[in-house]
Amino acid sequence: MIHWLEKHMPKLVLTPSFAGVLVFVYGFIGWTAWVSFTKSKLLPKYDLVGTIQYDRLFASPRWETAFENMFIFGGLFIAIAMVLGLLLAILLDQKIRTEGFIRTIYLYPMALSLIVTGTAWKWILNPGLGLQATVQGWGFESFTFDWLVNPDKAIYAVTLAGVWQASGFVMALFLAGLRSVDQEIIKAAQVDGIPTWRIYTSIIMPSMAPIFMSAFIVLAHLAIKSFDLVIALTGGGPGYATDLPATYMYTMAFSRGNVGQAASSAMIMMVVVFAIVVPYLYSELRSKNHG
Amino acid sequence: MNTILDIKNLHKNYGALNILKDVNVQIEEGDFLVLVGPSGCGKSTLLNCIAGLEEITSGSISIGERDMTSVSPKDRDIAMVFQSYALYPTMSVANNITFGMKVRGIDKATREAKLEQVAKQLQIEALLSRRPGQLSGGQRQRVAMGRALVRDPKLFLFDEPLSNLDAKLRVEMRTEIKKLHKELGASMVYVTHDQIEAMTLATKIVVMKGGVVQQIGTPSEIYTTPANLFVADFMGSPAMNLIPSKVKTNGKGCELVIDRGTEQPLVLHDTSAKNLPDEVIIGIRPEDIGDATLRKSKGLETSDCLVDVVEPAGADTYVLLSLGGKEVTARVPGDTKAASGERMTFTFNMSKLSYFDPQTGLRLN
Amino acid sequence: MDKTYNSSMKTAQTVILRIGLYVILSVFALYFLMPLFVMVTTSLKHLDEIRSGSLIALPRDITFDAWQIAWSQACTGIKCEGLSPYFWNSVSLAIPAVLLSTFIGALNGYVIAQWRFKGADIIFALMLFGCFIPFQVVLLPMAKLLGIMGLAGSIQGLIFVHVVYGIGFTTLFFRNYYVSISQELTKAAKIDGAGFFRIFWSIFLPLSLPIIVVTVIWQFTQIWNDFLFGVSFSQAGTQPVTVALNNIVNSTTGVKAYNVDMAAAIIAALPTLLVYILAGKYFIRGLTAGSVKG
Repeated sequence: MIHWLEKHMPKLVLTPSFAGVLVFVYGFIGWTAWVSFTKSKLLPKYDLVGTIQYDRLFASPRWETAFENMFIFGGLFIAIAMVLGLLLAILLDQKIRTEGFIRTIYLYPMALSLIVTGTAWKWILNPGLGLQATVQGWGFESFTFDWLVNPDKAIYAVTLAGVWQASGFVMALFLAGLRSVDQEIIKAAQVDGIPTWRIYTSIIMPSMAPIFMSAFIVLAHLAIKSFDLVIALTGGGPGYATDLPATYMYTMAFSRGNVGQAASSAMIMMVVVFAIVVPYLYSELRSKNHG
Repeated sequence: MNTILDIKNLHKNYGALNILKDVNVQIEEGDFLVLVGPSGCGKSTLLNCIAGLEEITSGSISIGERDMTSVSPKDRDIAMVFQSYALYPTMSVANNITFGMKVRGIDKATREAKLEQVAKQLQIEALLSRRPGQLSGGQRQRVAMGRALVRDPKLFLFDEPLSNLDAKLRVEMRTEIKKLHKELGASMVYVTHDQIEAMTLATKIVVMKGGVVQQIGTPSEIYTTPANLFVADFMGSPAMNLIPSKVKTNGKGCELVIDRGTEQPLVLHDTSAKNLPDEVIIGIRPEDIGDATLRKSKGLETSDCLVDVVEPAGADTYVLLSLGGKEVTARVPGDTKAASGERMTFTFNMSKLSYFDPQTGLRLN
Repeated sequence: MDKTYNSSMKTAQTVILRIGLYVILSVFALYFLMPLFVMVTTSLKHLDEIRSGSLIALPRDITFDAWQIAWSQACTGIKCEGLSPYFWNSVSLAIPAVLLSTFIGALNGYVIAQWRFKGADIIFALMLFGCFIPFQVVLLPMAKLLGIMGLAGSIQGLIFVHVVYGIGFTTLFFRNYYVSISQELTKAAKIDGAGFFRIFWSIFLPLSLPIIVVTVIWQFTQIWNDFLFGVSFSQAGTQPVTVALNNIVNSTTGVKAYNVDMAAAIIAALPTLLVYILAGKYFIRGLTAGSVKG
């Protein structure tokens, strides 16, 4: 008995976590998937009825906005945060004397809750007393910056706050990547008389491909899950102009009492994340096993 | 003599992969067994199986005539020294050495007495309060040895313990391990990929390749009568010359005809060889090809050959020539007049020849 | 002559470049600092000064009234007892959730990295994937389960949820740390007679301080800043501070007190900001470790 325990202790220790993951991740995904194919309304029902919920979802103009917003917000957020993060990393990589201090400033938003970020930007961007009013107060009467209340622009306000929060983090990732490039290769290039910008574009960047990949994954993941930021900044408004799948799902689940719609919208989010993360994880684990 | 370690028909698979195939090894008390082979040959896996760190698929392992097949490592009465030394980084040297005794509930007085004795033996008294991170490679090696010695086990296991040391230290520690073995009269199993280490330390060598035991024997048996081409090539430095040759058998033994390209073939006579096939591979050690000064009692054959390259190495000079399409090394005295591109007389010691079957690679004589 | 002229041109050029570099870096520093600056100054102003003055002006006379109100009087819906009860909710849920998930992650990582067995890699991959799911997909069944377990709307329920979905990351952290430690260490300890837990306590745990710090900081930041679980699984009285902050900011009763909103936001952000300032190195290590596996 003692011998058996001793032999199987590692497995025994891992079992509860494994069981937990099976139930709370995979079992729950299964449950949500199942319910998304039922007529569930206020309470979950378990009779499968086909794709009614998905039909309804894609017929809903509100979901259409949310789904579109995910790509607008996601695309802009990822692109701007990456470019800005890379730019800041390269600038900081020029033997800046106060690097540590500046890095601290660039990165602190990542320590904040998105609710705090949203609250702060909501105040800054409010047209009556915020940035717009301030600039107008300086004499630029025609200056308008009403993204927050303009249904066509509000999603860009969300993007602005999101970029503010995350680009410092991207910078930290890239900076770590720049520093991990073999210094001897760079020295060799310098000895060969290759200009600095060429060293960056031809030698350093290509070797950072995995970091671009990680940054992309993390940002995409943040974008799809973004919920707090929208809630705090716009509450999904004006109207439902800044709804994202995440807020749509929440509204359906907890305010509208429409479990079926909530489940099907969650599944769509899941599929999108799946499409991005699975190939990445697969290649990660593969390369690890071979390396 | 008591059998200390007895491995019978041992197989080890990882899934469909056979790591060890039908291994049979036996050693007596006081033996120093060296498992040697290229990396990936299964020697470390075999050692881990002996330690109980890996389960075996079939067969049996006994230590001190007790079947150990399902006994956990701590109860096998063994101690092990690892390649990375595996010292516990957060413990002092003293605690590293006594940790095992502490776990086993041995009282403090005994622990300290043993620690003192081992520390003295290995001359590490001054290091006892330091952390492993503060030690040099050689010192860590000693501490790892100390941790094994203090156990006073039936069987010591060493997993490439010297491979992380620089060349000079490696030779020193090798001598020290050999001394230790003499002093303690302990039984040891030692894994290495370095055939010189194997030759100098072992009382018994197991040469392995691809999970299969190639040959078991004393260092001199392995050196003089290798069982196959692999052993012949792997053991010894510079390696044994392996020269393809045609054989003509007549009344006075065998006539060996070795191709020399554009030149006349080299013909050697071996009067003691019998029943050789038409084609063989001759194995001859560099020291068995000398210049004209080589004087052995009998069985010498001389011949003129073209010298390709001369490599002086102090006491000896290695002369490279080309025979049977192979580069062949001869060891001649350091003051030789050999010069590349010139002809010179070589002496072949026919009594030391090995013959191998070109197809199977097995030894013929 | 020509040469010195050229080289002095060159130095002048580099100096201008360096100045430009510092200017750009400073502009970005201002961009990142501006919201914090606005939050702090607004929270120290009187309401009428906010209405009449400029967003970025310094307060004319500093007042801490807004902080006082945010802490103990602001309305989060029906109740008007400020942020403080919710702040303590967050504290009392974050501490056990962080400790539990860190401890479990350490044990899991130790098993996966040092006691490899068949299937361990698959289990790890499955756990890793659990880190990446959008949590919306588990919200409904979890709400149901918490109801069945009698934990609906309770702090214990939130602790449970945070532990369950935190284990993936904590396991990842510890696994990656322990995998870089030679397995020979475990082998040596086994031969020394130590068992599974003894090896963990005596050898691995004492080695783990850096990764424990990273994990604790990561988990604390995640749990403290969480909003989705908090808003989904709490009820009046058990909400964490982020939910309460959102309620204060979006409560429609009375006059909009921007200074109170800002003070509340700073209060809610203070613990994680403090951690960041005091242990930024470990915070960054956690961020990068969470994204660049290896």
